[in-house]
Amino acid sequence: MGVVAPNAIGLGPFTKAIQDGLSGIRFLPEMESLKFACQVGGVPPITDDILSKYFSDLTLKQLQAHGIRFGCIAGIDAWQDAGLSYPVEKEELPNWDAGCIFGAGMSGMSVIRSGIYKVDEGKVKRLGSSLIQQTMPSGVSAHLSGILGLGNQVTTNASACSTGTEAIVLGLDRIRQNKAKIMLCGSCDSYGPYVWGGFDSMRVLCRKYNHEPAAASRPMSESAAGFVPGSGAGALVLEELDHALERGATIYAEIIGGYTNSGGHRQGGTMTAPNPIGIQRCIKGALSDADIQAEEIDAISGHLTSTMGDVLEVKNWSEALGRKGSNFPKINALKSMIGHCLSAAGAIESVAAILQLHQDFLHPSINCEDLHPEIAEIIDPDCIPRQQISIPLNIVAKSSFGFGDVNSILVFKSYK
Amino acid sequence: MQEKEIIEKLTAVIKTYVEDKGVLEGITPETHLVNDLNINSAHLVDIILDTEEAFDIEIDDESAEQMLTVKAAVDIVSSKLSA
Repeated sequence: MGVVAPNAIGLGPFTKAIQDGLSGIRFLPEMESLKFACQVGGVPPITDDILSKYFSDLTLKQLQAHGIRFGCIAGIDAWQDAGLSYPVEKEELPNWDAGCIFGAGMSGMSVIRSGIYKVDEGKVKRLGSSLIQQTMPSGVSAHLSGILGLGNQVTTNASACSTGTEAIVLGLDRIRQNKAKIMLCGSCDSYGPYVWGGFDSMRVLCRKYNHEPAAASRPMSESAAGFVPGSGAGALVLEELDHALERGATIYAEIIGGYTNSGGHRQGGTMTAPNPIGIQRCIKGALSDADIQAEEIDAISGHLTSTMGDVLEVKNWSEALGRKGSNFPKINALKSMIGHCLSAAGAIESVAAILQLHQDFLHPSINCEDLHPEIAEIIDPDCIPRQQISIPLNIVAKSSFGFGDVNSILVFKSYK
Repeated sequence: MQEKEIIEKLTAVIKTYVEDKGVLEGITPETHLVNDLNINSAHLVDIILDTEEAFDIEIDDESAEQMLTVKAAVDIVSSKLSA
């Protein structure tokens, strides 16, 4: 696995950060000067030193798109962490059994902006060779395939904030269909005023904590005031079990089920609000695909964005699982520390969910001292860890929901 | 501008697009950008753009298509500079 998150880069530092409840949310002066109502956000602390470890000078010159850079770093890290050979020389043949489904949101926004200025000035000739490969939706998977020599399916999915989780569901399907042995799955997204402006205008971003950034993202709390935008990338190497066992790979977890659906903008669902029946069907679909009972889920890594949607999500989980009060699984929100990383969210949060499953702990869901009373009516407050806890975990579910009324859920099981 | 200066400036432009800097050591006027320096042919466009900027010249399409060796590039730049 590999991760580029606002509070840490790389699996080791990221594990420590989420155990410690470390917030990666900062005040961003540029958003203040551009009159954003929300002036905080999550940007991964990438340095030139880190970049030079992954990219040549030429690649960096030709690859300015932040989201694609994040995706490549997470993808390369995941590849190496899985014990697969790296660097992959140009002379080597493609690995026909290895593919990539890597989702993206607005990963090349800054590059699109500079390109538009050139075109408007009548300088289309000066766009050069690198604009398309950075601005096409599949830019990130295309770059990763070139770096790693992937010869199976190489594509990018997009389903807004459910993108990362959906990418893993799609990779799982590909391997189950026996069409690939290895799928590098994940997602990435960029940051900054051009990516986040539309959300600010919609008044869905948090605007009450500009001078207290670490407290801004408050999933499940009564004082939650909108989501905090974030960015980054997460990546996982999915591999057919026997193939992984044969080469002695580290197995963090088994993906036993996944499901993707849409609420169709019906029954209360809209472009921006989920159809609760759709979500509950998605949860049940994932359980059925995993062939487990609702009681077997030990913990949920929620979508939980720090909006009114949090109450609805907990309600939907409770109804779909038929579990409430102290019988409800543990539930936590990584977004409390890193904000909502949009298209990257599902992949980063899946990495976090698997780390917790593998190491038997749950990270704190920070900024939730004042649990929302409507959530407290459904589940016992002790279901939400406010401090890191050690706990034996066997099955963890990960949910992601996105604009367009789309849903994806994964079920991870500890591999022993 | 002296030819030596042109070559120096051009080499600096070309160098950016060479992944394995080792191949630059044996560079001669006949060196082919794609075949000898292993430059990705998509990057020839960028070399032309960077050359235009470095020498403050405009390279027409016909000349651009011929900029495949070091000598061709030097000749094209020289002729544009003296035009």
